[in-house]
Amino acid sequence: MTADATPALVEERKPAAGPRARRRSAYPRYLAGKVAGAAVSLLAVLVTSFFLFRLIPGDPVKTMTGGRQVSAEQLAAYREEFGLDLPLWRQFTDYCGKALTGDFGTSYQFRAPVVDKITEALPNTLLLTGTAFVLYTALGIFLGTRSAWRRGGLGDRINTGLALTLYSIPSFWLGLLLIIVLSVGIGPLPGMFPTGGMESGGKEGFAYVLDVAHHLVLPVVTLVAVEYGQTLLVTRSALLDEMGSDYLTTARAKGLRDDLVRRRHAVPNALLPTVTLIFINLGRTVAGVILVETVFSWPGLGGLFYQALSVPDLPLVQGLFFVFAAAVIVMNTLADLVYPLLDPRVAR
Amino acid sequence: MGTKDQTRSLPRGLRLVAVAGAAALTLTAGLATPLDPAPRQARAADDGKKVLTVAVAQSVDSLSPFLAVRLLSTSIHRLMYEYLTNYDPKDNHAIPGLATKWEPSPDKLTWTYTIRSNSKWSDGKQATAEDAAWTFNKMMTDSGAATANGSYVGNFKKVTAPSPTKLVIELKKPQATMTALDVPIVPKHVWEKVSDFSEFNNDKSFPVVGNGPFVLTGYKADSYVRLKANKSFWRGSPKFDELVFRYYKDQDAAVSALRKGEVSFVAGSPSLTPAQAASLEGAENIKVNDAPGRRFYALATNPGAKAKNGEKFGDGHPSLLDQRVRNALFKAVDRKAIIDKVFQGHAVEGEGYIPPRFSQYFWKPSGSQKLTYDPAEAARMLDQAGYEKNGDGKRVGKDGKPISYRVLCHATDPNDKAVGKYLQEWWGKLGIGVQLNCLDNVTDPWLAGKYDLAFDGWSVNPDPDFVLSIHTCGALPATPKDTGATDNFICDKKYDELYAQQLAEYDPAKRADIVKQMESRLYDLGYMNVMAYPNAVEAYRTDQIKSITTMPAKAGNIYGQDGYWSWWSAVPAQSSGSSDTASSTGVVLGIVGGVVVLAGLGVFAAMRRRSTAEDRE
Repeated sequence: MTADATPALVEERKPAAGPRARRRSAYPRYLAGKVAGAAVSLLAVLVTSFFLFRLIPGDPVKTMTGGRQVSAEQLAAYREEFGLDLPLWRQFTDYCGKALTGDFGTSYQFRAPVVDKITEALPNTLLLTGTAFVLYTALGIFLGTRSAWRRGGLGDRINTGLALTLYSIPSFWLGLLLIIVLSVGIGPLPGMFPTGGMESGGKEGFAYVLDVAHHLVLPVVTLVAVEYGQTLLVTRSALLDEMGSDYLTTARAKGLRDDLVRRRHAVPNALLPTVTLIFINLGRTVAGVILVETVFSWPGLGGLFYQALSVPDLPLVQGLFFVFAAAVIVMNTLADLVYPLLDPRVAR
Repeated sequence: MGTKDQTRSLPRGLRLVAVAGAAALTLTAGLATPLDPAPRQARAADDGKKVLTVAVAQSVDSLSPFLAVRLLSTSIHRLMYEYLTNYDPKDNHAIPGLATKWEPSPDKLTWTYTIRSNSKWSDGKQATAEDAAWTFNKMMTDSGAATANGSYVGNFKKVTAPSPTKLVIELKKPQATMTALDVPIVPKHVWEKVSDFSEFNNDKSFPVVGNGPFVLTGYKADSYVRLKANKSFWRGSPKFDELVFRYYKDQDAAVSALRKGEVSFVAGSPSLTPAQAASLEGAENIKVNDAPGRRFYALATNPGAKAKNGEKFGDGHPSLLDQRVRNALFKAVDRKAIIDKVFQGHAVEGEGYIPPRFSQYFWKPSGSQKLTYDPAEAARMLDQAGYEKNGDGKRVGKDGKPISYRVLCHATDPNDKAVGKYLQEWWGKLGIGVQLNCLDNVTDPWLAGKYDLAFDGWSVNPDPDFVLSIHTCGALPATPKDTGATDNFICDKKYDELYAQQLAEYDPAKRADIVKQMESRLYDLGYMNVMAYPNAVEAYRTDQIKSITTMPAKAGNIYGQDGYWSWWSAVPAQSSGSSDTASSTGVVLGIVGGVVVLAGLGVFAAMRRRSTAEDRE
């Protein structure tokens, strides 16, 4: 029995060692590889963010105090306060050590911890770009699939034409146009939305939520109008690639309704490029949109980054650069981790 | 199939959620409109308070008066705290602030101020000389507290408060600027609890205790700064109940906000563009205030950067060390064309160093001294100086190479770029090349002395000491590695002698005379060529602000005054109906929009349900 049992066990294990098992064992390795790659990228960003901005010529303390009467002692005190009197390698190790604990130092111009400035502006940016992201992604996928399915038709031509036109319009120009038309009002059309900012101030509770929503509309509409086209075109193109496939013919031959063939068979298989785009866009939502934030005076990270660069406020620039880059890396890694779930061949 | 439909319903559900989200957003906006018609907000808050809203673009660097250096922040401090003295809005002369009178000792080294007894902090405590003495002493002993205003106490030897109404400041040497100490006096009983002045930003706990015309009640970075009227302010309460600075990072958006009535006032940074001013000129209920400005706009020449220790640095073109060359260059600048074409009339032709609105110190060159526009004469002067044209029509330097000057310009200032183009044309005709270096950050090459010429400009205070001091040898950096207070590395012995004289002269008329001599010397040296005095172009809604004090009163600016006159004096206008009509139409449209979106949502849901039913069949 023992002698017989061994071959039987081996026989039983055989199927388990087949494609399914390989896939199961491949995924952790795939996952570990992607996470390790992301960790290396983050480290590279940390190093780059330190050295890149030190290539900007000049002395930040001199720039910061330029035009004011500052004694040599005071300058030395500033340098000591911001650790600029230390050799570069010490500044670098200090920076890395602190950054790993989430401390990016003190902003030169605002005299406040960089983390505080970022956490102050981050929710504002996420609210704006996050809302826009959800809407333009949904709109892009919806219209993209419709367009591809009825390619060449009037709807497709209008859809792609409009998307391309809006995609090529500068966002600040569209924003200003919306302010003039929908905010100030033109002719009989009265202004319905605020011209800028995130809130009127002095409101609390539900009134505050309504107030912010009111301020949110025009910047979100601007972003959605400019951004949805990209998702639409990528989805449309990916779906068109799938549309000649045999399995769709089979599905139709089975008697499935056209709508179901699209939703259940074609779209899921064509989603991979769109998913990549979604995650890239999701990473970008953290970086904010400088031009739209400026036109609508939205107090987000985009504007903060511009202010930091114009000084240059090194700790703030470094901190923001790291956050922006980290968001994109994390989102790309998540996209990599999601691919095998959509298409198991990716992990092999 | 039906079962499959149910399991496959998630993506559709998600789409529905997304579309519903969009609809909700639009609907919320529509609902928000009737609840918060913005034009009404600018004039009167929901509780009927009169609110004055000012559009601003500059971020607050700090709300601590010990740290803040930016114009917006220091203007807010003017509203929050009293200074020892103030400036008369009519003619800028020193008038009582926290101090009711002041007197120097015969040896000019001790100043005694009488502190008023009718100024209270907003928490009810009396403001006394002890608060002022503590403020100055803190700045003298704590480097963190000296960050913003340390230069004001650099010559102080000792500050004491012998009684609640008596403040005594002893100086190391005479100083004529003792009635122009622009230092906010803070309440000792609040600020003595601060442990680190270099990090305390005064922006977490509201209301902030002060004794100015307004009390700071709220602040959100790059969103708003909110102040309420101080009803017990000794000079009288402001007429508006609240003053709100709201952020408009884009100037065109700020102008739109003014048109709509969301803000009562817009100034631009520093001025509205000629196009913006022109577009607002004929607008209903809007007044454009095109006033003589407090700035000068100049072309600065690198005089050969050097430090106090005599060490030279930078790489300024050697030909510019010749006064004849500098003067010739200025004679080839058509200042009238700059006023007409670049500033489109919103500026006055530049002459002396201090703008004409400061009449006490304004100086202009005599007929023979004036460097009038004369390109032919400029060419002759260059020939005489030994910089003649070569065969290619280019003037060559002593090294035999064609002269081409690097002109440092601010990338964010369209005026710099436009004037730069004219310089290329005018100086090109003289045979001199111009290379425009337009940068976001001009400070670094400037401080390193790595430029030939640079566009320069300063706002001048009623007391001109600061803008005069930045051209003294004492303002040079100690070594090339340090930063000085110098603007342009100018160091001239005669100018320095005059500067020392005016600083020690307590007679205003005599001091003004010396200041004019300094301006004359600066003009002749040719290192600073003032091309224009740009106007302060700003606009406000007459249906929100009935009247407001300009400074100078006759024809002056509103934003960034030396004092709190504009916002303290502003009188609210009676509400007009036009904006209400607009907002009520907006309400109707908002509701209609909401209903349409709701209907659309209903149709969408119905269609989805129908298709699902078909699938089941």
